[in-house]
Amino acid sequence: MTGFDRFLATFFNGEVIVRYLPSILQGVWVTIACSLLIVVFGVAAGVLLACVRAYRIAPLNVAIVVFADMMRALPPLVLILMVYFGLPNVGIMLSSFLVLFVILGLVLAAFTEEIVWAGLTAVDKGQWEAARSTGIGFTGTLLQVILPQALRMVIPPLTNRAIAITKMTALGTVIGVPDILNQATTAQSFSGNASPLTIAAIAYVILFLPLVVMSRWLEERFVRHRR
Amino acid sequence: MAPITTLAQPSAIPTLEVRRLHKSYGALEVLHGIDLAVATREMVFVLGRSGSGKSTMLRCCNRLEEPSSGDIFLEGQPITGKRVDLDGLRRRIGMVFQSFNLYPHLDTRRNVTLALRMVLKLGRDEADARAMAALERVGLAGKAASHPTELSGGQQQRVAIARAIAMEPAVMLFDEPTSALDPELVGDVLGVMRELKADGMTMLVVSHEMGFAREAADRIVFMADGRIVEEGPPEQLFTAARHEATRTFLSRHTRQ
Amino acid sequence: MDQLLDQFFNLEIMAAAWPTILRGLGMTLLLCLLVIPLGVIGGLAAALTSLSPRRWVRWPAIALVDLFRAIPPLVLLIFVYAGLPFAGIRMSPFVAVAIAFMLNNSAYYGEVLRAGILSVPRGQAEAARSTGMTHAQTMRAVVLPQGVRNVLPDLISNTVEVVKLTSLASVVSLGEMLHAANLARSVTYNASPITMAALVYLILLWPAVRLVSRWQRRIAV
Ligand SMILES: Nc1ncnc2c1ncn2[C@@H]1O[C@H](COP(=O)(O)OP(=O)(O)OP(=O)(O)O)[C@@H](O)[C@H]1O
Ligand SMILES: [Mg+2]
Repeated sequence: MTGFDRFLATFFNGEVIVRYLPSILQGVWVTIACSLLIVVFGVAAGVLLACVRAYRIAPLNVAIVVFADMMRALPPLVLILMVYFGLPNVGIMLSSFLVLFVILGLVLAAFTEEIVWAGLTAVDKGQWEAARSTGIGFTGTLLQVILPQALRMVIPPLTNRAIAITKMTALGTVIGVPDILNQATTAQSFSGNASPLTIAAIAYVILFLPLVVMSRWLEERFVRHRR
Repeated sequence: MAPITTLAQPSAIPTLEVRRLHKSYGALEVLHGIDLAVATREMVFVLGRSGSGKSTMLRCCNRLEEPSSGDIFLEGQPITGKRVDLDGLRRRIGMVFQSFNLYPHLDTRRNVTLALRMVLKLGRDEADARAMAALERVGLAGKAASHPTELSGGQQQRVAIARAIAMEPAVMLFDEPTSALDPELVGDVLGVMRELKADGMTMLVVSHEMGFAREAADRIVFMADGRIVEEGPPEQLFTAARHEATRTFLSRHTRQ
Repeated sequence: MDQLLDQFFNLEIMAAAWPTILRGLGMTLLLCLLVIPLGVIGGLAAALTSLSPRRWVRWPAIALVDLFRAIPPLVLLIFVYAGLPFAGIRMSPFVAVAIAFMLNNSAYYGEVLRAGILSVPRGQAEAARSTGMTHAQTMRAVVLPQGVRNVLPDLISNTVEVVKLTSLASVVSLGEMLHAANLARSVTYNASPITMAALVYLILLWPAVRLVSRWQRRIAV
């Protein structure tokens, strides 16, 4: 066997791949489902929090800022382990999938809140004045005039952040979520071959590379737009 | 007898009246008691050096700035004080800004219809019809589908005027509506204002367009250091101003 | 409530776990000291190559950066740590972590630095070149200092992410802080050691998170 054959047999072993591809594909669906849930919940909750913050109700704002800061300062894996292993001992049983979804959803909500809030404050003050001077109320102005402009501004950073956080679904492996990585590591230990890990890496590239390329395109379009 | 007098003198009550208006930012008082009345159908120009408080006074009139003390009346009704319905008040006072402030995410028509639909709660068709009528008045019905970014500054400002007049306000406030425009675009905007006046709109205008003020204004108010120093018909101010400050200002701004 | 407190804020258990966690913290800091400079250096290389005027340099650089932005860092780490040994490449967890994170962090630092370089007006480089400075001198003395300043908040944010990322090393049994805390958790059947680690992360990272938020607000307004 030449070196190259050995390389193929280790990382692209056809037999191993055929045997474990179905279980890895199952993992793909788990990863996709969890990612979509996280993005929908995280972005919606984050936008909502940013809007609530616009009313500048002091106690609420302190709560929002503290939440957003904590979720951004703590490593998600710390939160995941804390909740997954801590809650059962106080009688709350959550599935590993639910823990992963809730934690990453909250983390994305925190980042979204900060990004959208920065967008809201970056909209020209004249927009508020114009809308208010025609008699549109605070809420109407916020939702119909300011928020649409803010969202447009923050699409590139928000996309980047959403990608970075959905990629973290791989952390679910640690608590037994049957995602791509989990299926692959299981297959790898059963088969004694590295090919399942290769397949996992390729699966992630297929899932996320288009998103990464899209975010690069969005960013470039945005920069050109600003000039 | 009574109906005839009301016809001859449209209203004894000014459309907009400001009494003893004071405004401070922290310790800095920028308006030291302004008294001003704008009669119905009257066009009043406010002149004065930069920093004299013109914008602040204007913005107090629809409470974009909160007056520190004093009273303001719209058609005889007080609009200062906590219990006033701010949004209800503002929809009856149109405002045009130096920087246009069109909504960049909406097309021209929807810039005009937004408040019609959200504030006046008009249906889509009625709002559209009213928006088109307003755009027609500023000569931009053809641009209804354009986005603000596709319009020249002069066109943007005329859309902003359409947005305000579509609400059929009792009075319009203009804060330097032509200052951000290239000279060759100023004329269009002034033309629209001239037509508004001909149609009987009540207007309070802050502007540095001396020629236009002299020709179109019913009355000119001159402000300095947060006070109204002098007021009167244009000819009187331009030819026989009583105050040194007024004369210096006018001579500096009319010398071409 | 008492149960919750006992499970997440048990002071006795926290005190007992403290020495272990402290040792883990040492490893976390050591890791940071290694992976942050490596990431910045790699990122600089990524930024400069991905902005090269030569297409055959630029395209592969951008492709590599996007590749490593598409692969979750944990997948990369496990591939390096558990996959490469099959090819006879054996390494300690520490080296595996260093390699995996270097690849991942370089891609992210690279994007930040690239944006920074692009934010410097072209006239700056043209002015420097017109005084006879070379391309390299221009980059080093004129473009990079301004570019880095322009994206300093993003650089700090990314560094916060890198520090958070070191917690993944626990998965390959490198004894950093989360690993230590989780070990203590599994021995005591109590989550308080992890709470304790979380508190340490907060103390380390909250100031940076807050700083960046205030800073970006000031720029935005
Ligand atoms: N938000 C604010 N905080 C503090 N001071 C302010 C504020 N807005 C205005 N001022 C001050 O109030 C004074 C009057 O300002 P104002 O904008 O009304 O002047 P203006 O006559 O409209 O001038 P210009 O012709 O330059 O528009 C100025 O001295 C200005 O510095
Ligand atoms: Mg002004």
